[in-house]
Amino acid sequence: MLLFKSKNGKKEQSKPGKVSEGLWIKCPSCSEIIYKKELERNLEVCPKCNYHFRIEAEKRIKMIFDDGSFKELFNDIKPQDLLNFVDTKKYKERLKEDAEKTGLSDAVISGVGKILGIAAAVSVFDFNFMGGSMGRVAGEKIARTFRYAIENKLPVIIFTSSGGARMQEGIYSLMQMSKTVALVSEFNRTGMPYISVLTDPTTGGVSASFATIGDVIIAEPKALIGFAGPRVIEKTIHQSLPEGFQRSEYLLEHGMIDMIVERKNLREVLKKMLTLLINE
Amino acid sequence: MALQYLDFEKPIIELEQKIEELKTFNLGGFTDVEDEINNLEAKKEKLIKDIFKNINSWQITQLSRHPLRPYAMDYIETAAENFIELHGDRRFMDDKAVVGGFCFMNNERVLIIGHQKGRNTKDKMCRNFGMPHPEGYRKAQRLFKLADRYRIPIVTLIDTPGAYPGLGAEERGQSEAIAETIYELLNVNVPVISVIIGEGGSGGALAFGTGNRVLMMEYSVYSVISPEGCASILYKDTSKTEEAANSLKLTAKDLLNESKVIDGIIAEPLGGAHRDPKLAAENLKKAVLENIAELKKYKGEDLRNQRIEKFSKF
Repeated sequence: MLLFKSKNGKKEQSKPGKVSEGLWIKCPSCSEIIYKKELERNLEVCPKCNYHFRIEAEKRIKMIFDDGSFKELFNDIKPQDLLNFVDTKKYKERLKEDAEKTGLSDAVISGVGKILGIAAAVSVFDFNFMGGSMGRVAGEKIARTFRYAIENKLPVIIFTSSGGARMQEGIYSLMQMSKTVALVSEFNRTGMPYISVLTDPTTGGVSASFATIGDVIIAEPKALIGFAGPRVIEKTIHQSLPEGFQRSEYLLEHGMIDMIVERKNLREVLKKMLTLLINE
Repeated sequence: MALQYLDFEKPIIELEQKIEELKTFNLGGFTDVEDEINNLEAKKEKLIKDIFKNINSWQITQLSRHPLRPYAMDYIETAAENFIELHGDRRFMDDKAVVGGFCFMNNERVLIIGHQKGRNTKDKMCRNFGMPHPEGYRKAQRLFKLADRYRIPIVTLIDTPGAYPGLGAEERGQSEAIAETIYELLNVNVPVISVIIGEGGSGGALAFGTGNRVLMMEYSVYSVISPEGCASILYKDTSKTEEAANSLKLTAKDLLNESKVIDGIIAEPLGGAHRDPKLAAENLKKAVLENIAELKKYKGEDLRNQRIEKFSKF
């Protein structure tokens, strides 16, 4: 289920890194006022406290891939409102609004590109599109990313940033979990590596499917990663959660991820990892 | 004590009480009273039929959680012989929200894995209301592998509000446990039949839901989120639960005819499985055995590939 809303979250941590209009932005972690141009130069990482802002899929792709090497794939898959779902708003309207807001047709961009010379099939989540929630489009794009990698003998890298399954697509969303896992399982027969990069936040149906079964799991610093969202847990167990609970550092300590990599080192680490694992 | 019936069952219960009273009164066996009893019995049957004819999604959701609804162990007791329960994930603990073990169904060897809810307060706590921790899923993975090795078909009985959202569960990797369970169950080389017997709550249910055949008991539900959760998160209005239940298309009929996520519906006794648990279990047993017989025609590797293909399509 979708555990984080993309807007109007009450707690500070539920809407961090939203780069607003204007020249300056406040870091949601340390409250430092940062000049936006400087933030951009610093890969959207707070220069004072090292808080990693949530970034758009497009920016992520620019940061990770060699100039001009990225080619978008499966761009023709568009979302459908199979359930005619209406909550406080029509799902169709939500899709339209977020498409206008982000310039995307859904929450995932897929494609193929080179990281310091090494080719990889990739999918990147964009949290700004309905909280990065996984419906049929996101699930299908992930699945096709793996299929493309199988056919072209490529490694796979997936960058997640998602509240989980998209409730407005009901059972179809749930079925994306088993679909993506089925494709990971097919892909694992190729002997190529699948690296999962968890960024803030990765929860619900995304963390409980393909994201946590990568051969290697990398997380950005302080990313919120978990099955249930902290508010749901607090409500269930009636106690407040420990400092740093469900953050990357906590997961590393508990053996749930392989490493935490700062954004500025990500390309280098991915390249090294792929070089070590790919048997040419 | 909590009520043992649902709001819309009240007229049925009242009629039943009347019949009971008459029966007690009529220990002497007066024929006119006997006639009256038969009359009321017929009336009751008609009443149940009428109520259930127009039953809505929210009522079905309530039935799926009925306090008297048969749970996994109830089905096992009737449908299986020589069930031997196996315990523990060999890593941390035995999760009592998940039961698993080998048994016979007629002459067929079967592994049954199910979510298990508790009947009374103490039992409910012990079973954690059917909400597994990672260890429940890891116990299941362990048993899936055993069944795979012994070439024993797997039957899963799904009945959970969802995986438990707790501190320890997160600490020990609830997400990974579910993802890995989906992976393991997709990859075994034996027939897998998944049956949703009550609540099919989100990822916690899906973990056991990747069968070659996915069946639902007539009044069970299967959904990405509970109607209550959906109402509170999306509608921002907890009174919209009924509407949410309807929008989510979570009933067996919706899932068979519209989204085609399931392969079949197992009929429940008139008025729901709790009115005749034995008959419900017999129906389940029959459906499971028929499906196993069909699937046994295929080689193990083909069964695995069929599953991968089936779930790649959604």
